Amino acid sequence: MSLATIEKTTRGAVAVRSVDKSYGAQQVLHEVNLDVAEGEVLVVIGPSGSGKSTLLRTINHLEKVDRGTISLDGELIGYKARNGKLHERREAEILAQRTEVGMVFQNFNLFGHLTALQNIIEAPIHARKIPKAKAVARAKELLARVGLADKADAYPRQLSGGQQQRVAIARALALDPKVVLFDEPTSALDPELVTEVLEVIRDLAKSGTTLIIVTHEIGFARDVADRIIFMDGGRVVEQGTPTQILGNPQHERTKSFLSKVIEPAFNI
Amino acid sequence: MPPITTPVTDAEPDQHPAPEQGQPQTRQQGHKPVETSLAAPSQQQLADYKVVAATHPWRWVGTVIVAAIAAGILYSLLTNPRWEWGVVAQWFTAESILRGLGQTLKLTLISGALGFALGFILALMRLSSSPLFSSVSWTFSWIFRSTPLLVQLLLWYNLGYLYETIRLGVPFTPITFAEFQTTSLISQFAAAVLGLTLNQAAYSAEIIRGGILSVDQGQIEAATALGIPRWRRSTRIVLPQAMRAILPTAFNEIIGLVKGTSIVYVLAYSELFYTVQVIYNRTQQVLPMLLVATIWYIVITSVLSIAQYYIERHYSRGALRTLPPTPLQKLRRFLATHAVTKTAATSPKGQL
Repeated sequence: MSLATIEKTTRGAVAVRSVDKSYGAQQVLHEVNLDVAEGEVLVVIGPSGSGKSTLLRTINHLEKVDRGTISLDGELIGYKARNGKLHERREAEILAQRTEVGMVFQNFNLFGHLTALQNIIEAPIHARKIPKAKAVARAKELLARVGLADKADAYPRQLSGGQQQRVAIARALALDPKVVLFDEPTSALDPELVTEVLEVIRDLAKSGTTLIIVTHEIGFARDVADRIIFMDGGRVVEQGTPTQILGNPQHERTKSFLSKVIEPAFNI
Repeated sequence: MPPITTPVTDAEPDQHPAPEQGQPQTRQQGHKPVETSLAAPSQQQLADYKVVAATHPWRWVGTVIVAAIAAGILYSLLTNPRWEWGVVAQWFTAESILRGLGQTLKLTLISGALGFALGFILALMRLSSSPLFSSVSWTFSWIFRSTPLLVQLLLWYNLGYLYETIRLGVPFTPITFAEFQTTSLISQFAAAVLGLTLNQAAYSAEIIRGGILSVDQGQIEAATALGIPRWRRSTRIVLPQAMRAILPTAFNEIIGLVKGTSIVYVLAYSELFYTVQVIYNRTQQVLPMLLVATIWYIVITSVLSIAQYYIERHYSRGALRTLPPTPLQKLRRFLATHAVTKTAATSPKGQL
């Protein structure tokens, strides 16, 4: 299926500058600096607790940073710089910014009491004020794209994990976001359902939308990533092309992590 | 559903012969030949056995005992002349009783609806990140849960004694926008509604808060990430899913409120219970009149319980893979299958 519906404008550049974040005494992000270019597919790997998910959540302002800034196409996320100070944005502005960033969760987080279609049209209608008929048409198009055209009226619990995650991806795409964040999208899935979700993401990667993907699927990362960053202890330890990072890691930590994840896994 | 016996009757009688007979056995291909002995049937043979459900003989004994007790109670209710069923029947649909019943329903409906609406707002305030909202909500619940409803009702009704006028204006200044005579503002009805509503709100706030807390945090997170506005998030995403946890307790509260309205008799407000009291003070038929009120309360509670069943069923959409049939659907299905067997049995006769 083609992705011609998403216009190819220059959009979706993310810049993370000197970001620190702590939960109480525990610092989960240290001086994180990161640039993601328009249309780039960035894969974030690293052991659990390395700050990968927290980094994703700060990009959507689901987590406030303690220091540093995050911007999307030059606009600061969650704050406004004025007179040498960062002023927190008003709720409505933050909500508007969030509609620019799609997010796909590890546990899908589909709204259990709404059908697949209702899940998808909720945000376009109520966050973007798109007319219902238009939102429904678009939602059906997206469902067809993720191969679930016949599941529009199914409730999440009537779908398999892989199908739920595909609906969740369609829901994130319904807002035509500039960036889509994937937080371990296949970690909660049975092995035989992983492929169908990865296929959808792979298809999306070709469309020119900026993607930031946290995953443990190293084979998939090699296949789909323009660039891979390895995080550990809240720091970006190493970054480069898949060939560099996976084939010839420089850092000791990267080597030891990869030796643990690559061997038992098989490539897709 | 086909009867369980079908596979057995369909099975060929010689479908599980002993392997030494040398007949080709497709089902056992690739398996080790099954050892057959006279004592133990082979697993293959067991697979074709008819399943017999476990029997519960003690259940029958229990049923007989319960039926006997129920019959005894019913018999005594009907035959003891002191219940004065004639008086009950005479007053049950008397105009004054029905008027009282109407007032009880009105009070329940108004204070129930207002109480839960206010309770929802209080629950959201309590859960909000604003310390102002959450402490106001906490204090409200604290005050109204710690004072007896009776006291609250009497205070509202006697507000005119405490404050002769109510002034809308800026406190500690002479600026006044409006001024009312308290006694003309707070009637018996207003005092009853105020007291019941505010008290109900304090309790329902906690029930709704509990329901909201039971909803998976991921739901709120997903809605937030999608940029859905706060109010919409609460009403469209969280509340419907919280309903499953809220409803059983909420109906407890509503049913409690139906009977709880009887407390407004202290305001001499003529709801069902007060009306009954007035009548038995005059006629001295205390027990039968109380029975009249009781039966009406039972009727209301029964209707509410049925409503509860269907409302809970409505909110279980999506939480269950398939909804169970309603009692009505079960009955219809039962009648349908019954009718089919009946017509099947009678039709040959009719044709002959």
